Amino acid sequence: MSVLAHVFEAAGIATVVLSSVREMTVKVAPPRALHCEFPLGRPLGRPADPAFQHDVLARAFALLGATSGPVLVDYPEVVEADDQPVACVLPPRFDPSLPAAVDEARGLRKAYDRALARRGVSSVGRAVTADEVPLALSVLHAIANGQDWASAGIPGGNTISVCHDIRTYYEEAALELVNGPIPGGRAMEDWFFDRTEAGATMLAARAAIRDSGGKFPIWFYMTPGQR
Amino acid sequence: MNGDQMMRAHSATLPAPEFPVPVWVTPPALANATVAIVTSAALYAMGDDAFTAGDTGYRFIARDRRDLVLGHWSPNFDHAGVTIDLNVVYPIDRLEELAQRGIIGAVAPRHISFAGNQPDDVATIRLDTGPAAAAALRQDGVDVVILTPV
Repeated sequence: MSVLAHVFEAAGIATVVLSSVREMTVKVAPPRALHCEFPLGRPLGRPADPAFQHDVLARAFALLGATSGPVLVDYPEVVEADDQPVACVLPPRFDPSLPAAVDEARGLRKAYDRALARRGVSSVGRAVTADEVPLALSVLHAIANGQDWASAGIPGGNTISVCHDIRTYYEEAALELVNGPIPGGRAMEDWFFDRTEAGATMLAARAAIRDSGGKFPIWFYMTPGQR
Repeated sequence: MNGDQMMRAHSATLPAPEFPVPVWVTPPALANATVAIVTSAALYAMGDDAFTAGDTGYRFIARDRRDLVLGHWSPNFDHAGVTIDLNVVYPIDRLEELAQRGIIGAVAPRHISFAGNQPDDVATIRLDTGPAAAAALRQDGVDVVILTPV
């Protein structure tokens, strides 16, 4: 973002960056930056909080009054990422003949459909559709249980894409099932990887690909790096 | 160290391009300025081209579109926030409110989305796609850009 700020200024447009990595902003030194120590992926800080978002924008736009730069100001409040998994019910086991993750994904389908109907858009679909999520999980389950990953038939042939779709399917569905406060910055990720069968299956498949000599980009980006 | 702290620590070690002669633009008064959003969340309007891995291009987002898909390839950030409220990444409704109150002059007709996970040398966005996107916004009469990182 700081690089683009320089590029846009060179084209005659004044810029303000909402910085998320302070050290990088200091190094690239865009003309005006408001450093926001917020959860990554939430540069305006708090979803569904227009007053907070307006305050961020007001402080950012105030930097346009500076007469020289670079200007780097810290937003006065830190919003921490929540490391506790969100409390979200999971469907009961329905068909014990299926791998648990496949059964679980099927059970979440109605919640996913409600999310899609309410929002009118979904970020599932990079490698598989919502219909294909259980199949994708069955492939990951097979890999986790010893099948050669290269010949397992990973949908779309891309581990990162298929994992994106599975996780997104779960998170979009879960947001229809969660009551209470809006989940914090890592709460949904923690729920997916620490609480669901799909998350456990994805981690196990990733480890299996790694341990069988799969190249780093093929397995590493299937999940967040710290996993 | 949690996931955000790890990502920030890692990002701080990445190569930083230098801009030895930075340009400084003095904007018109905010109340007269046309404002656009440029995000690196790889958002794109439903039906538009998806972002590929390592995509150095950009997508326009028309002012009235809210059916946006998250096309970012990194699993290392929260995806739920933008699912709950687009404005936490792409504050288009906040800009509309500021325009209605007369705090900004106008909301730009088009906004821009890049993917945040760029090659380390950032050569293409610096020399090619970035300038092209900026020229397009300038043609739209944009005076001020707010950049939101993902």
